[in-house]
Amino acid sequence: MQLLYFLIQQTLLFMIPLLITALGGMFSERSGVVNIALEGIMVMGAFTSILFLNFTQGFMSGNLQLLIAIVIAMVTGIVFSLFHAIAAVNLKADQTISGTALNMFAPAFAIFIARIIQGVQQINFNNTFRIVEVPILSKIPVIGDMLFKNSYITTYIGFLILIIATIVLYKTKFGLRLRACGENPQAANAAGISVEKMQYAGVILSGALAGLGGLVFVVPTSTNFNATVSGYGFLAVAVLIFGQWKPKYILLAAFFFGFMKALSNSYASIPFLFELNIQSYIYKMVPYVATILVLIFTSKHSSAPKASGIPFDPMQR
Amino acid sequence: MKKSFDFAPFISSLVAIICGLVIGFIILLVANTKEAVPGFVTILTGSVAHGMKGIGQVLYYATPLILCGLSVGFAFKTGLFNIGGSGQFLMGSFGGVLIGLTCKSLGPMQWVVALLFATLLGALWGAIPGILKAYFNVNEVITCIMLNYIALFWVNMTVKGNTALFNTLRNESKDIPAAATIPKLDFDKFFAGSSVNSGIVIAIIAAIVLYIVLEKTTFGYELKACGFNKVASKYAGINENRSIVLSMLIAGAICGLAGGIMLLSGTGRHIEVKDVIPNEGFNGISVALLGISNPIGIIFSGLFIAYLTAGGFYLQLFHFSKEIIDIIIAIIIYFSAFALIIKMMLTKFANRNQKPEYEVIKEQKARKDAGIAFKDLKVKEE
Repeated sequence: MQLLYFLIQQTLLFMIPLLITALGGMFSERSGVVNIALEGIMVMGAFTSILFLNFTQGFMSGNLQLLIAIVIAMVTGIVFSLFHAIAAVNLKADQTISGTALNMFAPAFAIFIARIIQGVQQINFNNTFRIVEVPILSKIPVIGDMLFKNSYITTYIGFLILIIATIVLYKTKFGLRLRACGENPQAANAAGISVEKMQYAGVILSGALAGLGGLVFVVPTSTNFNATVSGYGFLAVAVLIFGQWKPKYILLAAFFFGFMKALSNSYASIPFLFELNIQSYIYKMVPYVATILVLIFTSKHSSAPKASGIPFDPMQR
Repeated sequence: MKKSFDFAPFISSLVAIICGLVIGFIILLVANTKEAVPGFVTILTGSVAHGMKGIGQVLYYATPLILCGLSVGFAFKTGLFNIGGSGQFLMGSFGGVLIGLTCKSLGPMQWVVALLFATLLGALWGAIPGILKAYFNVNEVITCIMLNYIALFWVNMTVKGNTALFNTLRNESKDIPAAATIPKLDFDKFFAGSSVNSGIVIAIIAAIVLYIVLEKTTFGYELKACGFNKVASKYAGINENRSIVLSMLIAGAICGLAGGIMLLSGTGRHIEVKDVIPNEGFNGISVALLGISNPIGIIFSGLFIAYLTAGGFYLQLFHFSKEIIDIIIAIIIYFSAFALIIKMMLTKFANRNQKPEYEVIKEQKARKDAGIAFKDLKVKEE
């Protein structure tokens, strides 16, 4: 049982950044803008916020410091994603190319600036954020052990974002308009919705969430930031597709991917899995293979937003 | 009809390069005002300032850039975005290393077989997204990204699991024996001190072959037709699914070849068993964009990016890291994405004395309403 709790706790650490970032990607894609720059935005968000943690360590610690870092990560993500928004929305540029450019820019920029500021590219920080036990809640049997021990405040923020994102997407006027822009922007435009504004909103939300995702990825799993989020941005794109652009499936996809990642990290300490003698690389590969299989089986009835990736042209009405 | 050379894409590449360099310079200025100017001069002239060695290094860096650029550009011509170049490169690297380390019996043919095997693995890895796109309508961008990671983990697992390939001490593939490396063609004497080898010749030959295929053969015409309009091509009797698969297969093959060449260069490059995807495939995107997907243009854009990279190597003399080159390249790609806008601005500029189409139509209507004969109008052709 102890083993299962450990595995679930590990899974949570890996799935939360995927969940947050994929939800960000969802807002962008549902507004009609493909965002493969998630990886780059994660790197930038993690970079500035970890830099903040580095500067303020010593006289600040604990969850207050982390909360400020979260705000910084989100703001950085927004600013960086604006470049994608300008390219995709205003200039009608190829969204994949613009995203690729941002993905290349971010790690290079993070290394360049880190070297200028402190000589080396790794940025260290003190991890003072682990919550050993949440009072009261951790006493709940089973669930308390799984969710409220050895956790981070970011885990709960992740689930909060999931709930808010679902409500915003399905129960608000804004969400309806956003989805309309991703499915048929010409019709949305005819109905008096500003497609440009909606797409900006989509990209900005994806920037904020991906920036946060970057910080959330680095904090629990490491004590330094080395200008990379190990392909988690691309994995988030896979989660988004695996989750069929819907919040509830994105949650399941993120859990599945996070669980595979947790297995690849800790299978050696689980006797049953160790006996099977499957290499950690196999567990790492599974999410990507699974995504391709899902794409093959759903391609006939793809639930991808129909106008995603196509620059909006009001003349095509 | 006379076909005049279209300068617009060329100028848009130039604008992108200038924007990239200017913004790069501004970043240097902000980072360290004193050293910005000498640093920037080093980027621009560092390669030539070090004589033949510098030029040799440019050619060495240009080899994978040109090949991966050709791969991306070739797929672009068929309307496909090959972002999986890195995975194909990695598969090619593995193919080269496998033959290079295990098949001593092949003698002088070893490097040839190794390169062929590298090409084959790359082609296989490129064909998968092609097949999925053609027969299952799966977006090739997503498949390519997934395949990059599958290749990474598979190659790492296989190299690590094979004692003939794996150097446990350094956590990377073993050194390729000198007998299995690709010929130097005396380039190492001419460009003394540099790592250049016959790979650059192979890259240029590949560019010329692809140019001929695209411009002078029916096959190339079919590929391009599919890129322009898939439905119309099908109507014209072109097997568009076959074109998509073959286009991706060839694109993958070229990246695989690049991987094989780099690993068999005997210049200390290994397959490092790290969870990091090689950059070559992504750099190929920038080369292809700058070279406007034209094989000959790609030779020059590859040389240009290699020139910047080689210059960036000497930046270590200053307080800058060589990542500024990646920043500049990223900015160049970002601005190449605006090619359409720049092109539109250029056309607008060229036609500034001409009335826009809708005004001509409005005028026609007005005259028609006023009873003026239609034939009196002189509508300028575009």
